Amino acid sequence: MKYSSQMVAKPYFIFALILLAGEILFGITMSIQYIYGDFLFPMLPFNVLRMVHVNLLIVLLLFGFMGATYYLIPEEAERELWSPLLAKITFWVFVVAGVLTILGYLFVPYAELTKLTMNDLWPTMGREFLEQPTITKLGIVLVVVSYIFNVTMTVIKGRTTTISIILLTGLFGLAFFFLFAFEFSDNMITDKFFWWFVVHLWVEATWELILGALLAFVLVKLTGVDREHIDKWLYLIIAMTLIAGLAGTGHHFFYIGLPGYWLWIGSIASAAEPIPFFLMILFAYNMIKNRRIQDDNKIALTWAKGTAVVGFLGAGVWGFMHTLAPVDYYTHGTQLTAAHAHLSFFGAYVMICFTLISYAMPILRGRPHGNCAKAQKVELTSFWLMVIGMIGLTLALTVAGVMQIEMQRIPDSAHAMAFMDVQAKLSTIYIIRSLFGVMTFVGLLVYFYSFFVKEERVAI
Amino acid sequence: MTERITKDMARNIYFGGGLFAILVFVGLTFDTVKQIPKLSHASKITKSVALGKKVWENNDCVGCHTLMGEGAYYAPELGNAFKRLGGGDEAAFKAYLAGWMAAQPLHVKNRRKMPQFHLTPTQVNNLADFLIWTSRVNNQDWPPNIQG
Repeated sequence: MKYSSQMVAKPYFIFALILLAGEILFGITMSIQYIYGDFLFPMLPFNVLRMVHVNLLIVLLLFGFMGATYYLIPEEAERELWSPLLAKITFWVFVVAGVLTILGYLFVPYAELTKLTMNDLWPTMGREFLEQPTITKLGIVLVVVSYIFNVTMTVIKGRTTTISIILLTGLFGLAFFFLFAFEFSDNMITDKFFWWFVVHLWVEATWELILGALLAFVLVKLTGVDREHIDKWLYLIIAMTLIAGLAGTGHHFFYIGLPGYWLWIGSIASAAEPIPFFLMILFAYNMIKNRRIQDDNKIALTWAKGTAVVGFLGAGVWGFMHTLAPVDYYTHGTQLTAAHAHLSFFGAYVMICFTLISYAMPILRGRPHGNCAKAQKVELTSFWLMVIGMIGLTLALTVAGVMQIEMQRIPDSAHAMAFMDVQAKLSTIYIIRSLFGVMTFVGLLVYFYSFFVKEERVAI
Repeated sequence: MTERITKDMARNIYFGGGLFAILVFVGLTFDTVKQIPKLSHASKITKSVALGKKVWENNDCVGCHTLMGEGAYYAPELGNAFKRLGGGDEAAFKAYLAGWMAAQPLHVKNRRKMPQFHLTPTQVNNLADFLIWTSRVNNQDWPPNIQG
């Protein structure tokens, strides 16, 4: 570790991993309710579990991004972080706000929570992924603003690199588009339209900039390839991200009461959305082929390659499956959507957090050459357990989605089966989905265990 | 291919392409916002419809159901509930919804459960008006059939 202030990243990484464990556990619980509707009901109804599941995901990724940024910005700027103290305070504010909100979901009926937090004053609750009370949303703004301010000051006072500029662009975009979470209207269609300004423009635009910058940083460090070369790739990737991703928002506007031209614009633009993810694969493998140094932290490189490949599969391939309007007419809001969401969030965003954690944590723990070979071997096992677990559950959901479309969507009104009848027919597939979910969780436990694997003493 | 592209060219593609994409998106956003009132029949959003939207949000209905395909995939689509469950008859739909909400949770073993939300008759009426309004929004004739 070159700068002592990089240490502030450590609690962020650890907390992100703890939240990930919670997220997966809630996911598994939901998957059991899919099969046995009485499981934990009425103590924990499905909507409560789901709020916790998706909110934990969002918060853990924000913690992961913050940890990653605090680790890499001092090295990029070649100076200490502007204010390590502010980063520590932000951490605790975010932890307390996050934990309180989750406890609120779990122990207060949602309608009570809206009253308790005076949602009527500024009604922003009850929207998918943005279920947080308005006061929590304001807290998120405060945390994000202080984080971006800290990073910006560090960059301004130090060296600016392409990586730090693109990371900052992504962060400013993230902050800006979150403001649309405060929009409210009596017209549900207006709400739906602007809701995507947060959701799509986070995960399919600004977060991709962050992803690109983080991936480039790890590749610079692990391959020693010339920055000029890496920067060029990075610009191409994010150029394609913005060109395809912005108008690509239109693929969400097909059937929610918006103008018909989105059918064309959304289809055409979003058909190009796999390109930046494909470029990321070429980028990662090209850099590794041309590497000038052989870093001992091999597992970090495995995660970097995995991020590019699984990100492309989840976001690129599974996204493209239903991005064209005539296809989406039948697939919209089915289990196929859930399949895509699971593999893209995992492949692109959870895996980039693993990449950064596996690269940075050994250094933060005083092991500049990465963990010992034995620990890396354990970690490789966890990598495959999680990747196969996630691909397995995605395939299961894809099969469920296709069957749902066949029985419920394609026949005419006289012959189509009702939603609940179709779901009953899918229970075997949902059991398989649960098992792959358990496999993913076991993978995470093995990952945790790899932190505690000690160097083997050489016996003489 | 990448050997022929320099870093400066790549940066120009990023700034030029990015700016172009932003301008196109902002332009379309303004046009869409202008068209929403007509497509959604905004003049039909009565006080009751607006209150019904609040009932929908304050009870996190979207945590299990979809509305025009958006939400969770645990329970049926409700954007066309008025047509599917009320047969397009307002009085019939309201009576059905009131009975349905009062009967929750259904005592069928291991069927997916809907909680009891303890809504007042006014709230149920508001919710029904909201769902009736939603079913009439012009959304390119989605879903493909009555099952949603």
